[in-house]
Formats: sequence, C-alpha cells, structure tokens
Amino acid sequence: AFFWLLSLLAASLLWFVSRALSGPGDAPLPLGAAAAVLLQELGRFACFKLLKKADEGLATLSEDGRSPISLRQMAYVSGLSFGVISGLFSIVNILADSAGPGTVGIHGDSPYYFITSAFLTMALVLLHTFWGVIFFDACERRRAGGLGLVVGGHLLASGLTLLNPRYEASLGPIFILTLCTGLWAFGSAGGSFRSVLECLSCK
Amino acid sequence: MTELSAHLPQFQHGQLTENFPDTHLSNTNDNSERRRHDNSERRRNDNAESETNGQPQNNIQRVVEQDEEEDEELTLKYGAKHVIMLFVPVTLCMVVVVATIKSVSFYTRKDGQLIYTPFTEETETVGQRALNSILNAAIMISVIIVMTILLVVLYKYRCYKVIHGWLIISSLLLLFFFSFIYLGEVFKTYNVAMDYITVALMIWNFGVVGMICIHWKGPLRLQQAYLIMISALMALVFIKYLPEWTAWLILAVISVYDLVAVLCPKGPLRMLVETAQERNETLFPALIYSSTMIWLVNMAEEDPEAQRKSKSSTYNKQAPASQTQNEDAEADDGGFSQEWQQQRDNRIGPIESTPESRAAVQALPSNSQTSEDPEERGVKLGLGDFIFYSVLVGKASATASGDWNTTLACFVAILIGLCLTLLLLAIFKKALPALPISITFGLVFYFATDNLVQPFMDQLAFHQFYI
Repeated sequence: AFFWLLSLLAASLLWFVSRALSGPGDAPLPLGAAAAVLLQELGRFACFKLLKKADEGLATLSEDGRSPISLRQMAYVSGLSFGVISGLFSIVNILADSAGPGTVGIHGDSPYYFITSAFLTMALVLLHTFWGVIFFDACERRRAGGLGLVVGGHLLASGLTLLNPRYEASLGPIFILTLCTGLWAFGSAGGSFRSVLECLSCK
Repeated sequence: MTELSAHLPQFQHGQLTENFPDTHLSNTNDNSERRRHDNSERRRNDNAESETNGQPQNNIQRVVEQDEEEDEELTLKYGAKHVIMLFVPVTLCMVVVVATIKSVSFYTRKDGQLIYTPFTEETETVGQRALNSILNAAIMISVIIVMTILLVVLYKYRCYKVIHGWLIISSLLLLFFFSFIYLGEVFKTYNVAMDYITVALMIWNFGVVGMICIHWKGPLRLQQAYLIMISALMALVFIKYLPEWTAWLILAVISVYDLVAVLCPKGPLRMLVETAQERNETLFPALIYSSTMIWLVNMAEEDPEAQRKSKSSTYNKQAPASQTQNEDAEADDGGFSQEWQQQRDNRIGPIESTPESRAAVQALPSNSQTSEDPEERGVKLGLGDFIFYSVLVGKASATASGDWNTTLACFVAILIGLCLTLLLLAIFKKALPALPISITFGLVFYFATDNLVQPFMDQLAFHQFYI
C-alpha cells in the first residue's frame, strides 16, 4: 500500500506539472493516467525487490534455512494490498458522496455512475491482486514476457476506462481481462485444473 | 515522543530483572501537559504522571546470557507480533477519532482557542498568520518542555506524592469531564433524548471503572480500552482547540523535540528513564500503553498502582529477555510518555504513579518477579504517541479537501512509520522516540495528498478513469 501511494504521489506530481505547463485543457489527463500506470508498476517492482531482500533475511535467520513466508504468499499479499489501496482511493469518496443527498447524473451524465464505479473498482482490485502474483512470479523466474504482459494489461485496463461512459465498451472487456488474468495467475501460482477438482472434492 | 523502549532481555538465568518504571517519561510529560492544560478551563489537571505513568522499567541492562543469534531470531519473530499488537490499538484510536470528527460537528467548530495558544489565526495577511502560528507553537512547546522538566525534577527528588496527585487529578478530569462533554455532543448529533440521571449514572460508572482500571488493577483489555479512549478524547480536544497552522507546526516541532528529548544524553525523557532504571522502579502506569498482561499479574503483588497506572506504553520489547513484566514502563516512556503524558495530564488530570507504590515495589525483593515468558512480552507505547498520531489523522480528515483520500494516505503513512520505528527498536534495543518517523511520513503524505493527489484523483473520478 505504501508503495502504491508513493507511486501515486509521483504520478500526481507529474500530472500537476504537466497541467501547469499545458494550460487548463483536458488533454494531460490521459497522459497523467498512463504515467500513473507506469509508475505503479515501478512501485510494484520496488515492492518486490524490498520483499525479496526481507525474505532472504528471514530465511537466513530461521532455523531450517527456509523462509517462513513463501514468495507466493508475499506476492499475493502485496498484490492484494496494492489492489485494496487503489480500490479504496477510487471508491471511498464516491461512497461518501453516495451517502449524502443528490441525484445521480442530473446534469446529463449516466445514471449508472455508482454501480459501474463499484464494478470497475472490484475488477480493478482483483486485477491488482492477480497482477501482483504474476509479476512476482515473472520476476522470480526472470521472464520478461510476464512482466511485459502485466504492464501491458494494466495499460489496457486503464485505457479501457478512458472509454467511459460508454460502459459497454469498457466494462465488458475489463471483466474479460480480469477473468483471463485470474486464470493466468492461478496457473502461474501452481494451480491447475486437477488441483481445482481435488479441492472441490475435498480430498 | 513515545519511546518504544526496547527492552533488553534482562535475563539472568531465566529471571527477569525488574523494569524500571518508565513512568519517568510519562511523568515529565504529564507535567508539561498539565501546564498546558491547566489554563484552559477544561484543561485537565496536570497529569503529572499522565505521561510518565509509564512504569519505569527496570531496564537493567544486564548482559544477556542467551545466545546472541537466538536473541536476534526471536527478536525478529516476536517483533512482527509486536508490530501487530501495536497496530490494533493505534488503528482503533484513529478510527474512533476520525469517526467522531466526521459525525459530531462539535469538534470541527471553532469555539475559541486554548490559553496556551493565545494568538489567533484569523488575521488579514498570510505573514501575520504565519507569525502567529509560529508563536503559538513556540508557546506550546515551551510549556511542554517546562512540564517535562518539572516532572523529571519531581521524580528525581522523589516527590512522588505530588506526581501521583497530579496524575490522579488529570485522569479524573479526563475521564469524567471530557467524556461527559463528548457524550453530550454525541447525543446532540444524533438527536437522542436523555435525562440527566441516566447520564450521571453512565458517566459515574465509566469514570470510576476507568480510574480503577488505569491506576489500580483491572483486566488488561479493559485497561487498554480505557487508555485508547482517553487518548482519543485528548486528541479530539487538541483537534478542536488548535488552529490549523499551529497544529501542523506543533506536530512537526514535537517530533523534533521527541527525538531530542529521548536520544540526547541530557534529554529529560532520557534522564527520566535512567533514573527510573537506577531506582528499579516502574514508570507511571497511566501514561503508557502496554500490550502484555503478564506484568500486570506480576506487578499486582508489588505495585498494583504502578501497573495500573502506566498506560502500558508499548515498548518494543525486542529482547526476549524482557524486562520483568512489571511495569516495563521504561524511562523510555519518556519518549512517548511525554506527549502522552502531557496529553494525559491535560485530559486525565495528573495521574501520578504513586511514589508509595513505587517505594513499595522497590522494597520488595527484586526476584519476586516471575520470569517472563518471552512470547508474552509486549510492547509499550507512550500514550502521547497515540494522541499525536490521532491528532494528525483527525486533522487530516477534518480539514483536508481530499477528504477520505487524505485520511487514508495519512493513516497508511503513520502505520508504516510505526513499523519502521519498531524495526529500529529491534535493531537498537533501547528506548526510541516513536513520533518522529511516523509524524514525518504523515505530514509529508498529508500535504502531498491534499495538494497534489487530490486534484488528480478528482479529475480521474469525474471522468471515471481508473489508473
């Protein structure tokens, strides 16, 4: 969470500066969004490095030479925390406003603002968690493909939201993306169809 | 200024040494706090001990007989547990403060200022306002310093009765008067009809149980809950009565002061801790939040009051050989206890660790303390730390344009700062000031989020972009 906040801070700085430079137009917003995405990924990478170091430290200190927390767990936790803080930041002000008086979309915007916000946030939280797992796994095995796909996926998701409020265009693809990423994360974490079956049959 | 005292494992063949009362720190704080609050009508009486109630932990820095490596390993393992043990109360306190600020408008209305901050901030020019806030902060800090020094002096010359009286009056004021006002405001906000008799009964029960829990014996959870509530009440008072710029300046200066007071050899808090250690006393219980229960049990026989009093400051007891569970209020309390104490003083009234109890403790054979179970050792954090963390988060939620975003950011920043401080405690194993790192992070994030991130997120949310 901390790292996400740091990256958000850096991104906002960038955006602020670019806004000041380019006048009161709306143009810098997508640029700022793209920059924010890249910086988030950078933050995720920094998180990975730090956790790896801590993991090594823990491993040397533990009795049997292995770390008490597996890297997978760390990946999951870090992805989850990224997702949670990003989701919180996206939704909490909207929630606060939704508790107050008012009509949604009275000025001509979509009346489905709240619902779609909720869904998008949920998708984003899940996506961050999945990306965390995939990212850590890819870094661990040094596979650039995984890294590139995570960054690309993040950019894609962000870009899709730029298409709001044409909700069909953004919600649908984002959910499909979430599903695919989830399956991929599951696969990279070592799961498989068989393990799902085993789990379901409670062996 | 809460110091997370790293208790060195004071094992001596399994026997824990006594911990010095860390109340030292708290005491000094109390004094300062008291002073500050004295002037305001509602100010609590000096909790002379409020802060330093941290029982002086007898940090007898004995040589650890254990294997060093084993220590380290245990340290790290239990360090993580201690972090969690500290997270919960700090989070609870902040949640209570934020919830109150958001719902009860009383605490965000400007109803005047404390007498400690005589200069108003409603001036015409920015320069004038800046000057006024600097003067306010200077006055407040000097009051705190004077009170701390007074507390240390009182402690050094064994004026225990004075300190105890101070702490008791502070806690009385805090538990009864401030909670009465708080309850009244909550009722007003939710439009609940209530008669005076019920209120009197409730407040009486709340206050008496609180006094007993904090200064005497009581279940650990209840004592922790009371300490959290007192810290929250104190923080709310601060949020209400400190004008904007003054509040931020005070936070910044206090963390610097905390750093200085705890780490410098001549710092008052450090002297408090050391004196407490020399005398093998516990610091005042009312000023320290402690997360363990064991020392309560142990101390019950010897110094119930001391135990109770210290608001268990959470010390980072890094060393497994924790000091006796008895009031581990290390002088380190001074670290946090100061602020805590001050706050306590103001709020609770002087909470004094009874010198008598302390003397009694000292009279008891030192090996009456049972060996502490390493896992049970807890961490102590001064109440002042709680208070200032909550002040920061509360101010952020009250006055930020980014609203919840800013509040969240400050909350995460403070917790991360606390983590780092605990980590340092594990590494250095001595009392550390708990304020500087967290407050610095919190301030940085507050200003950054409010000014930079907020417009960005606003625009994103407006267009429903997600990053």
